[in-house]
This record gives sequence, C-alpha cells and structure tokens, in this order.
Amino acid sequence: MRYSSGWGDVKVENQAIIEAEGLTKKYGHQIAVNDLNLKICEGEVFGFLGPNGAGKTTTILMFLGLTEPTSGKVRVIGFDPTRDPFHVKEKVGYLPENVGFYDDMDARQNLRYIARLNRIPDKISSARIDESLKVVGLFEEAGKKVGIYSKGMRQRLGIAEVLIKEPKLIFLDEPTIGLDPDGTNRMLDLIHSLSREKNITIFLSSHLLDQVQRICDRVGIMIKGDLVAMGPIEELAKKKLGVDKEDYTLEEIYMKYFKEA
Amino acid sequence: MEDHFSSIRFLLISALIVMVGVIIASMVGMSIQEESKGMAKPTLLFLWLFTSTGKLFSFVQFIGFFGPLIGIFLGFDSINRERVSRTLSKLVSQPIYRDSIINAKFLAGVAVIAIVLVAIVLIISGLGIRLIGVVPGSEEVWRLAIYLITSILYIAFWLGISILFSVVFRSTATSALASLAVWIFFSFFVSLGAGFLADAIAPISQSGAGVDPQMLIKHEGIQRMISLFSPMTLYSDATTIILDPMRKTTQSLILMGPLERLSLSRFQNPLPLLQSLVIVIPHLISIVAITVLCFGVCYLAFMRQEIRTV
Repeated sequence: MRYSSGWGDVKVENQAIIEAEGLTKKYGHQIAVNDLNLKICEGEVFGFLGPNGAGKTTTILMFLGLTEPTSGKVRVIGFDPTRDPFHVKEKVGYLPENVGFYDDMDARQNLRYIARLNRIPDKISSARIDESLKVVGLFEEAGKKVGIYSKGMRQRLGIAEVLIKEPKLIFLDEPTIGLDPDGTNRMLDLIHSLSREKNITIFLSSHLLDQVQRICDRVGIMIKGDLVAMGPIEELAKKKLGVDKEDYTLEEIYMKYFKEA
Repeated sequence: MEDHFSSIRFLLISALIVMVGVIIASMVGMSIQEESKGMAKPTLLFLWLFTSTGKLFSFVQFIGFFGPLIGIFLGFDSINRERVSRTLSKLVSQPIYRDSIINAKFLAGVAVIAIVLVAIVLIISGLGIRLIGVVPGSEEVWRLAIYLITSILYIAFWLGISILFSVVFRSTATSALASLAVWIFFSFFVSLGAGFLADAIAPISQSGAGVDPQMLIKHEGIQRMISLFSPMTLYSDATTIILDPMRKTTQSLILMGPLERLSLSRFQNPLPLLQSLVIVIPHLISIVAITVLCFGVCYLAFMRQEIRTV
C-alpha cells in the first residue's frame, strides 16, 4: 500500500521552513554531522534515513536549538534556533525517540501540563486537548493513567502532546520504532493525515525504509554524518537503479548508497 | 513541579510532620511542666519548647541532624528521574527557558521545606501552649521566625546538594547514596576529624593535669575551625544562640579568670534579640553563602550539560 508519493499532488509552496547551510557538529574529534545542506519546504513530509548513529538525532537537536552546531547556519520557521530557541520551540513540535510521560498522571493531565508549559490558558487548552486526543484516537482512554498504556498508545499520545501547541512543523524521531504492525499502521496513517488535513510539515527520521516509502514526499539519506542523497524516491530510483523500473523499493536504493559510502 | 504535592513522598512527609510535632511537643511539654513546678515563671520559657531535650532530643537537634535528610529526600531524584522516564528531553523542547526547569525544581523544594518546618513549629507551639500554658511574647516570635528562616536555608543547602548529584549522576540510586555519603561525612567524620587533627597539631594530655593553657586554647581553636567547615556545626551554633538568649557565645570553652567570672555573673539576664543576632551574623551569612554557592554549581552543571546525553 502506498500513498501518493512524489511531487505530483503535493501542494508545493516554495517557502522554506527549514534551511541549513554547511551545518556541522563535532563531538571532540568525532564528526557527528558533516557540512549538511538542506532545504525543507512547507507542507512536505520529509523522511530522514540512515543507520543508527548516522547523526539523524543530532541534526534534529540542532534544528531545535537543543544542541549548538559547531559551525554552519540554520533557520527554522524563520528563526535561528541557536540564538532564538524560544520562538522555534513555540511553533515546532518534537517527538523524541521513546518519549516519556508522567506515568502517575492520566493522559489529559499530561497534556494539560504541556499546555501550561506552552502558556496556553486552560480555557483554550481544554478544547485543544479533547481535539488532539480524538485525532490520535485516545479520547476514550484519556482518563487512564499513562503508566498502563501500551507502546503504541504512548507513541500516539506523544503525537497528541505535540499537537497541543498547534505546530507548523513536527520532528518525529523514529516514530514507529518498537511498534507492532497494527500500531505502525495507525501511526503512519496518523502522520499522513496530519500532513494532509492540518498542513503540518513533517520531518521524520527512521531506519525503517518501507514505512518511510509509504508516506514521504522526499527523502534524505544520511550515512556517517554525510547527507549522501536527497530527493523524491522516484528520482533517486531513476538515478541509482535505472529508469522505468516500477517495482523498486526504497531499500534497494538505500543499500546501493550504503555500499558506496 | 507540582508533583511534590500529589505523591506518596508528600504523604510520607506529612506523616513525618505530624509525628515529629506531636512527639516533641508532648515529650518536651511534660518535662518542662515537671521542671518548672514551683518555680516562678522563667523568662522566655516558650522557647524551651524547641531547645529543651526532654527525654530524647530537642526539636533543634532533630532538625540539625535529620533536616538534611528532608532536603535530600526532596531533591535526590529531581533531574535524573525526568531523565530516566525520558520526560526531560520533552521538557526542554517546550518553549520554556532551560534554567526555569532547574529553578522550579529548587524553588518547589524550598517551598515544601518551608511548609514542613512551619507546620511542625506550629504544631509544637500549639500543643506546647496547651501543655505549659505559656503564651509567646513578641521577642520569642521573632526569634522563632529567624530560626525558621535559618533552618529553611540550611535544608535548602542540602536540597541543592542532592539536586546537584541528581544532575551529575544518571541513576537515582547513585545520587541518593552520594547525597547520603556527604551527609554522613559532615555529621560524623568532620567532627571526628577535627578532634584528630587538633590532637595532632596541638597535643594535650587526656588526664587534664598540667595542661599548658596556651596549648589548650590552640587545640580548641583548631578543632572549632575545622568543625565550622561542616554546615551542621554552623547551623547548630547559629540556632542555639538564636533560640537561647541566655547563651552569649558560640564558643564551647572559655578560659576565665576570676574577674571575667565576676563580670559574667553580673549579667545574668538574657541577651536582647539584636545582640544574639550580632553573635551569629557570620554563621547566618555563611549558611546563605553555601546555599547560594551550592545552587549556583547545580545551575551551571545543568545548563552546560549536553541534552544529547539524555
């Protein structure tokens, strides 16, 4: 099952929501991210691929201003996250890998807490909490303590939490890792609908290729800190596997890049 | 940060408040009743409620010794619990300044400490008034207030220590043990060590016969100097002076000639509040300083930490 991938029916406004130029991060002598140049447009679903330890999370942290780049420039929703992390975090959601919650509170209390941290008055947030719980399909279970939630439910609650601040852009770090097939499908459907119905730009990192292939407009492949390829999946397929091949998978393309690197 | 109030921990602390308050008040109240039988009302009897030891220990001793545990109890897992449950990375990605996390942790802890102490003191006062039938005068209330503020700062220092460890150590067990180790070090080993060191530098014979007074003074001085490094000594010195107007110095040993003895005996009246304050101002300032310093280190450690290590 594939959703429409590629540029065809995607509304492309050429307004960049993320721009990175020569972005580099070193930990001591080790280079985590090397000279990254990247432009993500509004409304896109961008898949950020790479093996574990390729520098995907570091890149996301730099986009959020949680880690300072060693050199290079970034602009996220028009702000420099290093200098002005506050404005970036106001309108950008981030779902970390294996997100945690306050297990002794129920879902609604968790969301309420995040809403307060975002300075959203309770009157407004009540409606938003209900709405985002409905979007992720947890409205019925909202009164239960989060401690008894399944992994899939927690991950969806994480999305609900991100939606509270009505973001323009969401970073999802390995959103489907450790989920069962059903949970994975629900998660992917959810991400897809966020992009289509709420017009939220999505930047997701993953190493699970078939899933990325299903929902992403464009992908970037990162190996050992270098962005080795970027573009719509068809385009990369043409470039790497030869034209007119219909039954390619992202995995084939990826493995080709991986062997070359 | 509101979570101090809704947890099992808070229940435990409330139980502690009630227990300590009731036990101390009744114990000390009884013994004061017995002691003061047939006596004319002594001055500042009310403060005895807090300083008199009754059968076991006084309230002041209790807070001096176990107060640090309250601070450690409230802070040892404040940061690393958020780390372990993976909520810290979520918190820092919200539009709040990073220092407000650590500030809130500290201030929430201080607020709880303040509530605990005020509650205990109120319980003791209430029960005490019933038992001994003495109403505190304004000076006594002031002394009590200063005592409370000092105690809050003192416990806040321990809170700072434990938060610091919770920033530095990844596991909550390690940070709890490290905080306890510091507590044990200061409560037992510093005073022991002070004694040893003083013996080594200025030896005096144990029999006490033929002691060179010069040597004795030196011995005492060294011992005091070292034990003042312990926040516990600072605190107990300061609070006993504040709560006991009859005491005029923090020195435990004064060499007196007949003339000093005479002049001292002519001033048997309690010290006025201001004079008591003057004696302990250096102690109070030191307590404030170590508390601020401790929180400052904590703050820096937290702000400089890579979020990546979450």
